[in-house]
Amino acid sequence: MTTASSLPVPQLADDLSTPSLTLWQLGWLRFRRHKMALFGGVVLILLFIFSFGGAFIYTEKYANFNDTSQRLLSPSAEHPFGTDSIGRDILARTIYGGQISLFIGFVAVLIETVLGILVGALAGFYGGAVDAILMRITEALLNIPTIFLLLVMAKFFGGKIPDIHIGERAFSGSVVVIVVIIGATSWMYLARIVRAEFLSWKEREFILAARATGTSNLEIIFYHILPNTFAPIIVSSTLSVANAILSESYISFLGLGVQEPTATWGNMLDKSAKYLDTSPWLWFFPGMLILLTTLGINFLGDGLRDALDPRSRTV
Amino acid sequence: MAESLLQVTDLRTRFQTPEGTVHAVNGISFHINEGETVAVVGESGCGKSVSMMSLLRLIPTPPGEIYSGTAIYRDDDLLKKSEEEMEDVRGREISMIFQDPMTSLNPVLTVSRQLTESLREHLGLTQEQAEKRAVELLEQVGIPDPARRLGDYPHQFSGGMRQRVMIAMALSCTPSLLIADEPTTALDVTIQAQIVELVLRLRESLHMAIIWITHDLGVVAGMADRVIVMYAGYIVEEANVEDLYDSPSHPYTLALLAALPRVDRRRDQRLKSIPGAPPNLLVAPVGCPFVPRCEFVIEKCRRENPPLIQVGKNHSSACWVDVKTGAPR
Repeated sequence: MTTASSLPVPQLADDLSTPSLTLWQLGWLRFRRHKMALFGGVVLILLFIFSFGGAFIYTEKYANFNDTSQRLLSPSAEHPFGTDSIGRDILARTIYGGQISLFIGFVAVLIETVLGILVGALAGFYGGAVDAILMRITEALLNIPTIFLLLVMAKFFGGKIPDIHIGERAFSGSVVVIVVIIGATSWMYLARIVRAEFLSWKEREFILAARATGTSNLEIIFYHILPNTFAPIIVSSTLSVANAILSESYISFLGLGVQEPTATWGNMLDKSAKYLDTSPWLWFFPGMLILLTTLGINFLGDGLRDALDPRSRTV
Repeated sequence: MAESLLQVTDLRTRFQTPEGTVHAVNGISFHINEGETVAVVGESGCGKSVSMMSLLRLIPTPPGEIYSGTAIYRDDDLLKKSEEEMEDVRGREISMIFQDPMTSLNPVLTVSRQLTESLREHLGLTQEQAEKRAVELLEQVGIPDPARRLGDYPHQFSGGMRQRVMIAMALSCTPSLLIADEPTTALDVTIQAQIVELVLRLRESLHMAIIWITHDLGVVAGMADRVIVMYAGYIVEEANVEDLYDSPSHPYTLALLAALPRVDRRRDQRLKSIPGAPPNLLVAPVGCPFVPRCEFVIEKCRRENPPLIQVGKNHSSACWVDVKTGAPR
């Protein structure tokens, strides 16, 4: 148990009242004493700066520029992370790959969270037939190994979406496909968590009290119950970001994910498989970045779990 | 006599459970006049809360089921309204406050959020107007420094304060009828008195009718106009409050009154309690449900359940025996 000694002693104000803490302030107080979580948060921030700030140093054109005379060069001053099998600069590609990987991680989780909350909330709140149908669908999807589902969907939808142009930049349409299928195949665990939360919260007296003042069902679901379930949802979603990034790497590694020339950390690994022992820098840098991201997010999620646990009594 | 605000006839509610059907409310009929205070008393599990929640249709269905009866509120039958129509009635026309203020407020929403909700919903106020009204309401229920407390969370209020907030919420849209479901049971005695006094004061200024559910006949005496005594899902006695205390005419009422602690009770006398427990509502009883605990049982009681019999002006009792003489009616 941690002691309160590290906390500043509250000064007595003129009206002798202590400032009131919201759930979030309380959570932050707990969170910042979780050293590993802080470390994870800092690592993630650095990764974001690396991926999005780096774009100001290297252009995307440079990241996709290939010069076969410069292939498989080991790290040097000119190419700090070396070059890949067709002579592209790996540092520049990890920067742009990072954007895509992080984008996939967070947007896929957004889709997952929305689906998971909707299914879980409706099933848990309404119960009965709605619950039975939604939960049987959830269980059916859970019974199919996710990786097969991902691969089949990637294969099926891959190449059907045209490339997307935003300003100067072109994104492979496969990014959208990957985001959607990762989101659509991972919401089931969250749905179960949310359903379980709703089952318990909907029986509380304050929900009855809210109904007694004429609150409609939808408002009860989204304004009265949902905020009570934020803590487990945030924790589960955070941990899912790491899973989504790993899933993307996995599919890309098998060649079904995001297509070249758009770089992701996953498809960079794919191309490096042939040079495992001869050119280790090909896999070391993207692999290390995936590792750091996943690790950072998991530490962060762990810290959030402790910080947002309403049963926790430590401040 | 003032006109009738709510007329309930033959209300029956049952619950389908794995053990069988629980007959929670078994055909009760009563009325509430405008501005009148009616106390509903009885032990736990006598159907007091269930019958009132049935009126507001707050019974979870399934397993609950209101299978008979009408509840005419201002010419409309509450039991025939759609769920959407009921949402307009709840909070706007009929409000309810609950027993335990510690669990009746949403812990993650500020008091402001919970208070302004029905104001915006029912009265169409803007957030700004609603907050202004919320400050007035908190002031009315006696919360000091209401403007500052508005942004606080429920855990920052004490039990009595929370019950005041609950009352403010219930009264925010000036309903015509307030159903108070044992609002003082979870509070200590001094706070109880304050809450009772608060509700009485608000009753005067808002001209609302009150149904006060309780098992404490002591609280009832000071505030109610009429008393309804319930047992096993039946109304067993109904009378004006003076008549009930002066001439209780159902054995159950007698027993309840005898169980009240008195200041002039002799030290060597133990507090009286009613032997036994309310009957298991899983089996529909044959005869009067109070028979196993009654001192006045006659043969007829075991065969036939007594209807409410007029025993005086505005005074009726469901008993085959005249408890004053012990003779059958």
